[in-house]
Parts: sequence; C-alpha cells; structure tokens
Amino acid sequence: MCDTCGCGDPEIVAVEVHDKILAGNERTAAHNREHFVERGLVAINLMGSPGAGKTAVLEATARAFAGRRRLGAVAGDLATDHDAARLREAGIPATSISTGSACHLDAEMVHRALHDFPWRGLDYLFIENVGNLVCPAVYDLGQAANVVALSVTEGEDKPLKYPVMFRKADLVLLTKVDLLPHLDVRVEAIEDALARVMPRPLLFKMSARTGAGLSSWLDWLEAGRPAAAPPGLQGTMA
Amino acid sequence: MHEYSIVQALVDRVEREARARKATAVHRLSVRIGELAGVEAELLASAYDICRAGSLCAGAELAIESVPARWACPGCGREVPAGEVLRCPVCRSPARLVSGDEIILDRIEMEVA
Repeated sequence: MCDTCGCGDPEIVAVEVHDKILAGNERTAAHNREHFVERGLVAINLMGSPGAGKTAVLEATARAFAGRRRLGAVAGDLATDHDAARLREAGIPATSISTGSACHLDAEMVHRALHDFPWRGLDYLFIENVGNLVCPAVYDLGQAANVVALSVTEGEDKPLKYPVMFRKADLVLLTKVDLLPHLDVRVEAIEDALARVMPRPLLFKMSARTGAGLSSWLDWLEAGRPAAAPPGLQGTMA
Repeated sequence: MHEYSIVQALVDRVEREARARKATAVHRLSVRIGELAGVEAELLASAYDICRAGSLCAGAELAIESVPARWACPGCGREVPAGEVLRCPVCRSPARLVSGDEIILDRIEMEVA
C-alpha cells in the first residue's frame, strides 16, 4: 500500500543487490576448496576442447609418477563412463560425473561426486572437465589451479578465439607436440596469441604419447604441493 | 550453453529477495555482464524468456548492461589495450583485469502491496 497518499496503489521499490549471480556456486566452491586445503590435497581443474588430450595427459601423468604420488580423478562426461574407465585402467582411481546435456561442471556436481569417492588420502585430485572451451571457464569448482590442454592441431589462434578460458588458465599444456613435424603450426604464434589473453602466460609443450615435456608438468605439480608436514606431525594428519 | 544455468540462479535469487519482502510482482531486473565473463547477452536474454515463465519474474524486464574488458598495469595504472600483449608497456608487469568479468545482479524493482 502506498503510504504517501493512501491511494491504495501498490508501491514499486528498487532493491539494490550488487551481488554475483553465481554466488551460490562460489559458496559451494569455497566449501570444496576448504576441504581440499584441510586435507593437503591439490585439486586441478583440467579443461580443454573435446579431443585436446585431457585424458591422455592424465594417463601419462600416472605413468610418469609411477606410484610416487596418490592420484585421483573425477571426469565430467556428457553421456559415458569412458574417460573414467581409461583413467582407472591407468591406475588412477576415478569416477564419472554424467552431466547429461550440461556443458560444464559446477561446484555442486563435484561436491556430490566426492561424497562417494575416496578422495581424502590423495595428493592430487584431477577434475577433468567437460570438453568445451567456453562454459567450464565460468564455474569455480574449488580447485587450486586451472590447467587448459590445447592440442597443436587446434590452430594457432585458439587462445584469441576463447579469451575467457585462457584468461582463467594458470597453465596451458600444449599437447600432441609429437605431431608438429607434420603440421604447419608455429608454436611461437600460439605463444604470442596466449600472451594477448593470459596476463602471466605459462605454456608447457608435451606429448602424452612419447612422454616428451612431461617433466616440466610434473615439476609444476610438485611445486604446487603444500609444504610437507615434518615427520613428527604426519601421524596426526589422518 | 551455460546461460540457462545462470538465468536459473538469477530467477531463484530474485524470487528469494521478492518473497522476503512480500512482493507481489517483479517489474525489472538490472544485471551487469562483463565482456570477459563468458556470458553472451543475447543467449542470456533468450534463456531468461524461457526460464521466467511461471515465476515471480514472469512480467519482469531484464536490463543487461555490458561492461567492456579493461586491462591495466597494477603498478602504474597505465591501461593496456585489449588485443595487445598483456604487459605494462613501461614496466613490463603483467596486466590486471580492472573490469569486464562481472556476472552481477545489481537491482530488482518489485511491487510491494
């Protein structure tokens, strides 16, 4: 009721909100992150186009770590369990998040998947996002870092075409470099494109097939670990 | 296309705010979308047209303000034009995004009986 004149007309009020529309997702992501940090686990949000080689990167990572670190993975997949099955075969405990028609993972999907997944003892949790260079960039999952797999066959200007994704990346893995001799792709052109969308460009060239360049990726992962607890404290961490 | 999920979160939020104030209808929503937010204004508008049906937003106009991406040097504040290498032309520091990644609900105009 309009109080000013008592006319009985409804009153229009403007409510100032100024809040993120995805505030709900950010709260859940913060909750996930808290759990990960508390357990000393490094969570990596691995993104990239369909076919960029995300699963192959993780298979190669498992081979290279050779049991020295405990790895786990949740794989976002529209319709199948294929990626998680491949990861399990490679020795990485893995579960699928079937997203149906959803083009990305959100923090709630990751949270739900972890309820039934033994993630607590892991050193690294890889969250293999849905193959897509657009939507996954928008959703925080609680990860410590965003890694984007970009294969050499995708074109030199890919970063310029998908600036939102590459701006969010902490690291870009240039995959399938064993194919370079057969292509007209110039790695310098990819690096230049990246420098125009990613303020701290960091790119490792690698091949999951030959194992080339994997050591930089492993070193980067090791550098991301929380400082190891002194021996006397280890027993109290469980 | 994630615009649907963003609109769903938007309509839910607006309904919560409107109910808390015992509003009978919502007239207008004002949102701000950054150029580098990863959200297409047109897709957002068409997703909104579908999602608002049957909600308190059914008759509410969606006003979308687009915010251009602006990069600047965190040290000296010098602007780095979009499309250039994202480093300060003077001190070479990595540029910082000053604006352009917003996905913000600014204002709800609602009818209170």
